[in-house]
Amino acid sequence: MTTTVEKTFNIFDILIGTEGEEDFGKKPVIIQGITGSYGSTHTRLMKAYGTNIPAGVTPGRGGQRFEDIPVYNTMSEAVQATGAQISGIFVPAPFFLKAAVEAIDSGIKLLVAIPEHIPIKDSIKVLEYARKNGAKMIGPNTPGVIVPEVMKVGIMPAQPFKAGTTVVFSRSGTLMYDVSYNLTSKGYGQRLCLGIGGDPINGTNLIEAFDLVRDREDVESIVVVGEIGGDAEEQLAQYIINTNFIKPVIAYIAGRAAPKEKRMGHAGAIVYGDYGSAESKVANYAKANVPVAKRPAEVPELLANKLRK
Amino acid sequence: MRLLEYQGKELFDEFGIRVPRSHLAHTIQEAREGGSKLGYPLVIKSQLTVGGRGKAGAILKCKNEEELEPKFNELLHKEVKGELPRSILLEEMADIKRELYLSMFLNRSKRCYSLISSAEGGIDIESAGSKVMVDVPIDGLSPQQAEETAVKLGLNGETIVSFVDFTTKLSKLVNEKEAELAEINPVAILQDDSFMALDSKVIIDDNAMFRHPELKKYEHVSELEKQAEVSGFSLVELDGNVAIIGNGAGLVMSTLDMVSDAGGRAGAFLDFGGRATTETIYEALKVISKIKRVEAILVNLFGGIVRTNLVAQAILDAYNNNLMNVPVFARISGAESEKAKEMLQGSKAKLYNTVEEAIQSAVSTLNDSRGST
Repeated sequence: MTTTVEKTFNIFDILIGTEGEEDFGKKPVIIQGITGSYGSTHTRLMKAYGTNIPAGVTPGRGGQRFEDIPVYNTMSEAVQATGAQISGIFVPAPFFLKAAVEAIDSGIKLLVAIPEHIPIKDSIKVLEYARKNGAKMIGPNTPGVIVPEVMKVGIMPAQPFKAGTTVVFSRSGTLMYDVSYNLTSKGYGQRLCLGIGGDPINGTNLIEAFDLVRDREDVESIVVVGEIGGDAEEQLAQYIINTNFIKPVIAYIAGRAAPKEKRMGHAGAIVYGDYGSAESKVANYAKANVPVAKRPAEVPELLANKLRK
Repeated sequence: MRLLEYQGKELFDEFGIRVPRSHLAHTIQEAREGGSKLGYPLVIKSQLTVGGRGKAGAILKCKNEEELEPKFNELLHKEVKGELPRSILLEEMADIKRELYLSMFLNRSKRCYSLISSAEGGIDIESAGSKVMVDVPIDGLSPQQAEETAVKLGLNGETIVSFVDFTTKLSKLVNEKEAELAEINPVAILQDDSFMALDSKVIIDDNAMFRHPELKKYEHVSELEKQAEVSGFSLVELDGNVAIIGNGAGLVMSTLDMVSDAGGRAGAFLDFGGRATTETIYEALKVISKIKRVEAILVNLFGGIVRTNLVAQAILDAYNNNLMNVPVFARISGAESEKAKEMLQGSKAKLYNTVEEAIQSAVSTLNDSRGST
């Protein structure tokens, strides 16, 4: 089992393409579950933000239109009609496995899995299937991904984000907004903000997310918004040390005051003994020379300090 | 969902994993019946969702019927980490040659299941000297993997056969019941080299419960948790007096940390998810109003599409309908906040521009009222 993304996967190529291309910043995105209440609300908001959504899928609704967007019964029809490589999945949790497998079978290369409450077994199955077929998944239980002022696939509000050179990776949705808002208000715009997801199993984990931006010249610094549970932050700290990651990194960790063995809202936010504790994460970040903010508003201060050095 | 020991053992039994003969008792009468059924000596064990029972003295040996009543009553009233037992399990004593450790769990960083085993049983696995870990494919542990593991553990002869049998059954259970963890600590190797599960710790994936109506009977939720669940909220009750409400698990956790940093004590964690409407906020306040130790409510909402006046309306409605009487300290980042501030004037609720100010104000208000009484 590999833990790093193949070097050929370039998320910017998939999401926005390269400058000079005819459809630069206008890559087609298919919304699965486009006629549902969640899917329809956010399709409108994504379109308003600039995302190119030429098709949606809802089984049984083929032939209809949602605000001028053609709706198809199946992913293969929608992909055939649009050539899309990205799918935003907005279906309810019990239908996620089927929707994701269908997307991968149709040739989708990037799945953005929004729904919460996906069974772990389904996430693992989708992840294995995606790996076999050369596809990637962001999420599940993620707000999605945004290239500020260009496009977004997800449910994040527009207002906290502004174009710039920082990247935000977050295990929590609202904290991704809150931290980005704090960065924006202090003049640190973002090149990319990506929700890792609040589940125990993440399609794109923190290390893979770092691989996506490590060689990018348009990315100057990285902010990692973590929380209690699991050992993603510990693994990331080790990766930063082992691979000599040189871009400045600032972290935030939510849940320091949470009791042990209680699931704090996110399926993945639970501490067993020392495993998953905030103390363990802070200690590992310290070894990797990554400062950890005490609260979201402190993130831009720490970033300013780090950039000054 | 974490199952109690006896519930996990019921699953073990269903999958052919041998467990001791036992009897579940809630009263001393039931315990006496169990005693005469099982015979003495026997062991009695508090049924708790927290670990560390052995060290806390919540597992006791009864040599005869005379010992049963006092020891049973002792356990019934013994709190472990703040939890009282819901029942007591009586079990026969096994004739043990040696013990092993065995568990299958969701390996988050590897994104697969892993089997951990150790030739030392009944100990904390973190501190076990020799342990063997193997990654398990999604469709389950193969007999070959199990056999290789047994050899690595230094087992031989019949015990290898028993080990392969036990682990493949455990893997089947994890796969079919969608467990995040199934731990047997210890596994007893009996005099005839057969295996027996002396304890169980099983955690079922909550998100998979919709596929497992047969496990519903093990669910143990309070009325309050049930109400929160129906509304789609995540609620965790805590022991302080400040309830924290917000739209996102991370945001509420972050607020909890800041309240604690400011010297406050959180009494509830409530994440009401993505939809901040008058109805959802009102429902959230309704849930919180049932928690008696709450003396202040801290609301932290973030999101570009939150209409703050709708939130203010929910808070006003809650006061007007006498749902609650405690002060509300709110930070709501969103549209129409000036209007919301006006609406709340003269009420016990106040809007702040930053969460830090809201928390400071909540904590000092609670301290002042403490000082004056």
